[in-house]
Amino acid sequence: MKYAYYPGCTIETTAVEFGRSTNAVCEALGIELVEIEDWNCCGASSAHSLDHELSLRLPARNVVLAQEIGGDIVAPCPACYQNVLAADNRLREDEAWRRQMEEVVGAAYTGQGRPRHLLEVLSEPEALAAVRARVKRPLAGLKVASYYGCVLVRPPEITGWDDPEHPVRMDVLMAALGAEAVDWSYKVDCCGASLTLSRSEIVVHLSTRLAEAAVEAGADVVAAACGICQINLDTRQKHIPALYFTELMALAFDLPNLDRLFKKHGVDPRPVLRRRGLFA
Amino acid sequence: MGASRDLSFAEMVQEQSGEPVQRCYFCQKCTAGCPVAYAMDVKPAQLLRLIQLGEKEAVLGSSAIWLCVNCQTCGARCPNQIYLAGMYDALRQMALGEGYAPEPSVYALHRSFLDSIKMWGRVHELTMLMEYKMRLLPKPAIFFDGLVSDLMMGGGLIAKGKISFVPERVKRLKEVRRLYETNSPGTEVEP
Repeated sequence: MKYAYYPGCTIETTAVEFGRSTNAVCEALGIELVEIEDWNCCGASSAHSLDHELSLRLPARNVVLAQEIGGDIVAPCPACYQNVLAADNRLREDEAWRRQMEEVVGAAYTGQGRPRHLLEVLSEPEALAAVRARVKRPLAGLKVASYYGCVLVRPPEITGWDDPEHPVRMDVLMAALGAEAVDWSYKVDCCGASLTLSRSEIVVHLSTRLAEAAVEAGADVVAAACGICQINLDTRQKHIPALYFTELMALAFDLPNLDRLFKKHGVDPRPVLRRRGLFA
Repeated sequence: MGASRDLSFAEMVQEQSGEPVQRCYFCQKCTAGCPVAYAMDVKPAQLLRLIQLGEKEAVLGSSAIWLCVNCQTCGARCPNQIYLAGMYDALRQMALGEGYAPEPSVYALHRSFLDSIKMWGRVHELTMLMEYKMRLLPKPAIFFDGLVSDLMMGGGLIAKGKISFVPERVKRLKEVRRLYETNSPGTEVEP
């Protein structure tokens, strides 16, 4: 399976664990990620906060650039995902605007494929079967709080691949790894996102509440699908480690060099993984 | 409030955001689910009511429109399908266009972020954060608030090799810069 890969700006920096584990896990599953050539930032939450038109134009360039690769566009970052999705919808619906974007980029938009989030792709039935077959070290005894964050499954009219209030696909993926997904009420509650620098006290409040809820639900770790969620949980609270869901996949696949990723965490996940006998 | 009512305001918000703000019947589901409502001067449902009443100054001058984090919980739960996140985007642009002062730290961050993309094509955290802090220098109370924890967080990230010193640069920057020609107050005007 081949995808046009839109890594996003954080994947080599603050979310480097997400990027490395995504590459390793996809390679192990035979999923080919072809990076979009010369991609630019999607504008994240800043573009739509100040300039709605820019928030559609920036990701539109990436969507147009992805066309020559063919296949669906995959993004690990939920903000990138949502922005390219909104841009793709406008490219489909607004012909005059599409021509304008094609002219800027100097390439044609064919409309083949559609933007998808990495979790959506890796939790499809065929992918789950491949995951189960690839697991070498089942995460038996590990209790995971699946944390989707805010925009991964919202708005449901545009995303549409999981329930907006009680999504389950990450839980199913965790179960495929042999882990136990705990029940908790904060799956889609916001961590405070981009306020982490401008109003950090709000993010400390929200991240701490999330972490306490995960601990109360009996979780050993939080599984995150977003670079901002993860860094907010990793730096703004100390109650529980937050791992990317792809890191947990890499652990269950028994992939090498995981220590290099785990030691980059602010809240070290290694002690609890050792206690569960999952990490040497 | 009251004397300054602008009865065309609701219509303007509706037109600019595409959101049917007049449908709101004040069930307050949006406020109940909003993670940052506790820190807002005007809660989401109150904001909708103020829009309906034409209280333009109270709406565009609120700090609440800058605190919305776009988590979209409100819109996903609204029984009248009002997507408040889109409405907040439109309100911020209207506020900037009409010279209302934004929440300084939130604005400074978004603006520095967009300047970084315009400069490199991708966000470069280190220089973006330097610009962010520079923008807050004239406001010492905000500049120093949280400075120590930000520096510790930044230092921790550098120590773990998660902040890069050299920016990743898009090759065809000219294309990205052309995308910035939107004539929007958000990226044109400096408040």
